[in-house]
Amino acid sequence: MTPANGSIPTRVRPPGPAGGHRAAGPDGRGGTRRRPRRAVGRQAVAGWLFVTPFTVLLVAFLLLPMAYAAKLSLYRSTLVEGEVFAWLDNYRQALADPEFLRGVGRVIVFGLVQTPVMIGIALLAALLIDAATSRLSRLFRLAAFVPYAVPVVIGTLMWGFLYSPDTGPLSSLTDVDFLSGDTVLYSLGNIVTWQWAGYNMIVLYAALQGLPREVYESARIDGAGAVQIALRIKTPMISSAIVLVTIFTIIGTLQFFTEPLILQPLNPGAITNSYTPNVYAYQQAFSYQQYNYSAAISFLLGAVVFVGSYLFLFATRRRSALR
Amino acid sequence: MSTVTHAGAPATSAAPARRPGGGRIASHAVMAVMTVYFLLPFWWLLVAATKDNDGLFGSQPLWFGDGFALFDNLSLLVTQDGGVYLKWLRNSALYAVVSGVGATAIAALAGYAFAKLRFPGQGALFAALLGLIMVPATALVLPTYLLMSEAGLADTVWAVILPSLLNPFGVYLLRVYAHDSVPDEMLEAARIDGAGELRVFTRVALPTMRPALVTVLLFTMVATWNNFFLPLVMLSDNELFPLTVGLRTWYMSAIIGNGGPALFNVIVVGALVAIVPLIIAFLLLQRYWRGGLTVGALK
Repeated sequence: MTPANGSIPTRVRPPGPAGGHRAAGPDGRGGTRRRPRRAVGRQAVAGWLFVTPFTVLLVAFLLLPMAYAAKLSLYRSTLVEGEVFAWLDNYRQALADPEFLRGVGRVIVFGLVQTPVMIGIALLAALLIDAATSRLSRLFRLAAFVPYAVPVVIGTLMWGFLYSPDTGPLSSLTDVDFLSGDTVLYSLGNIVTWQWAGYNMIVLYAALQGLPREVYESARIDGAGAVQIALRIKTPMISSAIVLVTIFTIIGTLQFFTEPLILQPLNPGAITNSYTPNVYAYQQAFSYQQYNYSAAISFLLGAVVFVGSYLFLFATRRRSALR
Repeated sequence: MSTVTHAGAPATSAAPARRPGGGRIASHAVMAVMTVYFLLPFWWLLVAATKDNDGLFGSQPLWFGDGFALFDNLSLLVTQDGGVYLKWLRNSALYAVVSGVGATAIAALAGYAFAKLRFPGQGALFAALLGLIMVPATALVLPTYLLMSEAGLADTVWAVILPSLLNPFGVYLLRVYAHDSVPDEMLEAARIDGAGELRVFTRVALPTMRPALVTVLLFTMVATWNNFFLPLVMLSDNELFPLTVGLRTWYMSAIIGNGGPALFNVIVVGALVAIVPLIIAFLLLQRYWRGGLTVGALK
């Protein structure tokens, strides 16, 4: 799994009483309008200079590759004629390619099982550390978050050793082959959960810490227990944060790549070259030099992720606005 | 009056702190089990790093073996394949620092400009940013590689560093932060004093934005240090690999056999050395990690 967009935390609150500055906002803008022309012109020049490096990068490493992938995906390279415009042939091929479709099905099943499990664990953990302050809860918070700081490659290597019957304790303890064709998807799910549950826990915990304490103080006085407060008050109140971490998890799941690629040599028969759409796109490009087909798969995957996440954001925003 | 508060206070404040019985025990038991789960791989790694290759396969996985081979493993690690591991370590550090600092500086400039300056095209550009923020990075790696090859930059350090400088999320974050925390009056005052826009930015805005800058820096550096897909695709010269790609090549050749020496103990100690700086940074910068998500508490 790849960190969604560099894994920047999703919400940062400004220090201090932001209300004061916010109130000053409109006044400041009014002042800008009344300022002499030359000052505005100077600001316009400075504004453009300030955003230029970012804009150049945005064009060079986002728009251009996107356009290039779109173009590639519409062409085919043939021995005789070279690059030929092929309309949507690559897409047609992908949508009828059983290997690709099996990979898509696999990440969907994976997402349907792993996402709720991990978000559930993260939510439980966040509610626990929000409710209890003890030495153990502080240690727990640290322990849960540390895996996030470990590279996915190394996290996967460690679990690979732990799963292997030769070097790890797990299969002799449980008598399960964690790397067989039937189980390896769950074993991969465990790695993702281990690595990302703590990160999601911290995001949800931050949301919980932002809630006004008075609300559940008064519920407590009314006789609500800790479990009731957690489930009936805290959880609904951070639903937007839960939605957000769910979206990021789904985005990561669809792009599932690193963990299967690292574990592949342990059981190449189970983790095939088309195990996930991203592994398939990678292998098509770098093992078979099928750049056009690979671009079509990447583009399709990117489009699904992109449209899906906006629809989801839109749908949840609509619903919360209606409430 | 005072008797009322005295009577009321213990009832409400004692309840959360010392609720007796099952709930607290159950919640601590759950936390204890989960702590063991999250720390288990680290414990295994620490123990395994002290074993030689035979010990790795022949002893209790979760306890120390007969010998103590940590130092032998470390010296193997730095000499294996002509000391290439140290180059990987250096590369990882280089990519993380240059990308982290560069991406943060670029995001700070843009975020500040979006929040506090008025310039034509601002709204459209910011809308483009918001629209593109969800484009999945992995879908872009392959076309970026092909473009980099055409520019003659594939298989150079720039192929890893330049794409890592783009951080739309960082721009968004810093824009929100600058908007709420940098007071317009201070900017105006500096302008009236005759400061140029760059000076206003570096002297007035940047110090105020510091907590958010640290967060963006920390998270970009870690994301680059941990990145795998991009360098995997971009680089074929093993001297340019970061740790993640390098360790994977060792892992592959160890499993496949390849006739070479079994490297598993070297990989284990290599993995340990690769995560030690991260764990130390994590523990030292704890408040910034957590601060990244609750900057409000930071000062």
